[in-house]
Amino acid sequence: MKLNSYDVGSFYDELFAAPGAPRAEGALLVELIEALPAGEFRRRQRAAERALLHMGITFTVYGDQSGTERIFPFDLIPRIVSAAEWAWIERGLEQRIRALNLFVDDVYHEQRIVRDGVVPDALLRSARAYRPACAGLNPPGGVWCHITGTDLVRDRDGQIYVLEDNLRCPSGVSYVLENRQVMKRTFPAVFGASRVRPVDDYPSRLRDMLEQVAPVEARTPHVVLLTPGLYNSAYFEHAFLAQQMGIELVEGRDLVIHNGLVQMRTTRGLEQVDVIYRRLDDDFLDPKVFRADSQLGVPGLMEAYQRGRVTLVNAPGTGIADDKVLYAYVPKMIRYYLAEEPVIPNVPTFICADDQERQHVLAHLDDLVVKAANESGGYGMLIGPHATEEERVEFARRIEANPRNYIAQPTLSLSRVPTLVEDRFEGRHVDLRPYILYGKEPWVLPGGLTRVALRAGSLVVNSSQGGGSKDTWVLSC
Amino acid sequence: MLSRVADSLYWLGRYVERAENVARFVDVNLHRLLDLPVDADDGEQWEPLVAAAGDLALFRERCGDATREHVIEFLTFDEQNPNSIVSCVRAARENARSVRETVSSEMWEQVNTFYLRVTEAVFAHSHDRKARFAENPHDFFTVVKTASHLFVGVMNATMAHGEGWHFCRLGRLMELADQTTRFLDVKYFILLPDHAEVGTSYDDLEWAAVLRSASAFEMYRKRHGLLLPERIADFLLLERAFPRSVRFCVVNAQGSLHEITGTPLGEFRTEAERRLGQLRAELDFASTPEIILSGLHQYLDGMQQKLNRIDEAIYETCFALQQSGESATDGREPQ
Repeated sequence: MKLNSYDVGSFYDELFAAPGAPRAEGALLVELIEALPAGEFRRRQRAAERALLHMGITFTVYGDQSGTERIFPFDLIPRIVSAAEWAWIERGLEQRIRALNLFVDDVYHEQRIVRDGVVPDALLRSARAYRPACAGLNPPGGVWCHITGTDLVRDRDGQIYVLEDNLRCPSGVSYVLENRQVMKRTFPAVFGASRVRPVDDYPSRLRDMLEQVAPVEARTPHVVLLTPGLYNSAYFEHAFLAQQMGIELVEGRDLVIHNGLVQMRTTRGLEQVDVIYRRLDDDFLDPKVFRADSQLGVPGLMEAYQRGRVTLVNAPGTGIADDKVLYAYVPKMIRYYLAEEPVIPNVPTFICADDQERQHVLAHLDDLVVKAANESGGYGMLIGPHATEEERVEFARRIEANPRNYIAQPTLSLSRVPTLVEDRFEGRHVDLRPYILYGKEPWVLPGGLTRVALRAGSLVVNSSQGGGSKDTWVLSC
Repeated sequence: MLSRVADSLYWLGRYVERAENVARFVDVNLHRLLDLPVDADDGEQWEPLVAAAGDLALFRERCGDATREHVIEFLTFDEQNPNSIVSCVRAARENARSVRETVSSEMWEQVNTFYLRVTEAVFAHSHDRKARFAENPHDFFTVVKTASHLFVGVMNATMAHGEGWHFCRLGRLMELADQTTRFLDVKYFILLPDHAEVGTSYDDLEWAAVLRSASAFEMYRKRHGLLLPERIADFLLLERAFPRSVRFCVVNAQGSLHEITGTPLGEFRTEAERRLGQLRAELDFASTPEIILSGLHQYLDGMQQKLNRIDEAIYETCFALQQSGESATDGREPQ
């Protein structure tokens, strides 16, 4: 199948250095695909999709009344990352997660970073994700953000930036593992020859980390995964991770606080739980402390947590570092806490709360991407060059009404990877979400979720908005 | 094991078994009716199937007349009938999905594939579906039966035979015992075209259908040869070695329940153990002539009620800790 004649366009292409010239790390793959008989690639693509459907690797589409499940669209051409580039990414992510963790800890203790004038006081006080219930808490080992999924993007000139830090309940890692399974089955030959670093040990690493952060006095720690339930869009991932780690998948109604301890209702009575990997937002964790109408949480859970009877992963309150305005200060946090220069740069960011920067944003709405501080999943966002005049006017109004809630960034030309479109290959924009575990030390999974905007020209990679995924191959040499 | 998970596993076992039994039941009776004289009244032949399944009221409300099409639609594809094949497979899959981390991947994939095959048949443009189905309904029922057998095989081969497996098996066996009593009972509901025809070849065909509904025809033939009502009842109720006889199911259900609770056999600590043990003893010492004398239909009716009470007791004993746990704590510390 013709991959060599594929149109690279005016973008940075992850597989081709120039039209017809694959990058060194992708040469073998291109050669193999070229050698496939006509129609074979499409056949394998369809077989892969069927496999995913029968394995039940699906997500629930919200707003669809029949509760339809769909597979997360998957494209067979992987994104390949060279060993050298990965080493740099890994260093940058470790550095970033250490600084962010120190920041969260500082926020809920002395707030030295505010006292020293690095982060404005007003910004912290107005952050919606700040949780007063977490002030003064000391999670085991001082770790708050145990699991992070950081979004990276590459611009036209080849520079990689951090786009977002996801420190609450980042999802998607199950697709990394399942995509890899499917790829190995589909292209065993090229896989064997490509020295791709494995990702399959993620569940073991995750379980080790969860046991490491148990409350100190716990015997063999009893770890569970708390899910909002069957109808959550990421339910497959919750079940998959619990199964792969060999731990129980529990719902809020399975847990109860008894004698100040978190207990789970079993066929033989109550059993104590030490560590909860919760895939439930802070808001829903405990109706006594957060949203009173939550049916998904466990009444009294926060009190047990505050008393150190149970570890929550990630710790409540980490959302503060997800705030898109505080994001702009992460490079300063790295310098402040670690006395190091940031390895991976931030996307240049205008803070609308600053009068001068806001004027600039309002004057250049047609060039910029505007984001609300507390939204995720591609919602609450304006992509200036692709927006209509009415949308821009509406956003200008919102920014002026609540400048604290908005930032703006230049519209990046995200890099592309060839993607199967009907019977040919076309470039589609991608980002990359690597996963970092932090128990005793940070550990970066060699790989990650490459999300791809399947609509021609689209820059939105979110699964809820027409995104798909690709396998990510990190080469070992 | 979590009470919620145990509950789901129990119902996973029950629903898969129920889907299979409905499929076999409808399939067998389709075949049987092909042999009846052309003028035999349709409604009289089809309504008993629904009556034996115990859903007659819902059927009349939803479908009206008991025609062949209506009955097949109701028992097979009707999503509003909670006991139709489609509803059972959907429920089995929902239960499996909620315990996906407990069952093996192979089990989950089997249930998921089962569901996809059945829903493909349902949601294909209904016109096409009807045409294809009417042409050869047997194919569809074969898919359902095979999928259920595969599920049981995969479950036995890939899931640790621990607490979860026993719950799934317990559910399956309870369902099977109940279904077998219903297959036997259908004979009571079928009115022969003429009373004089008892003992004729039609009567023979119906008894053969009863046995086939329970996959028991061949095994019965090997054991007893002639189709004699009393021996058929004996075989389906009390045969020690036949895996679908009520006694076989009850004995093995009891085994699973005691594996779960740890109580030695022959003793009881819970209501579920007591009731199941009682029924087992009854079956161990039952005599078929006595059952026939007291009225087979009444006996089967009583048996279904006993099975229902055991089901309730299992719920109270194993799954309902949810409630008792609630009352044991209000979330405050005692100190």
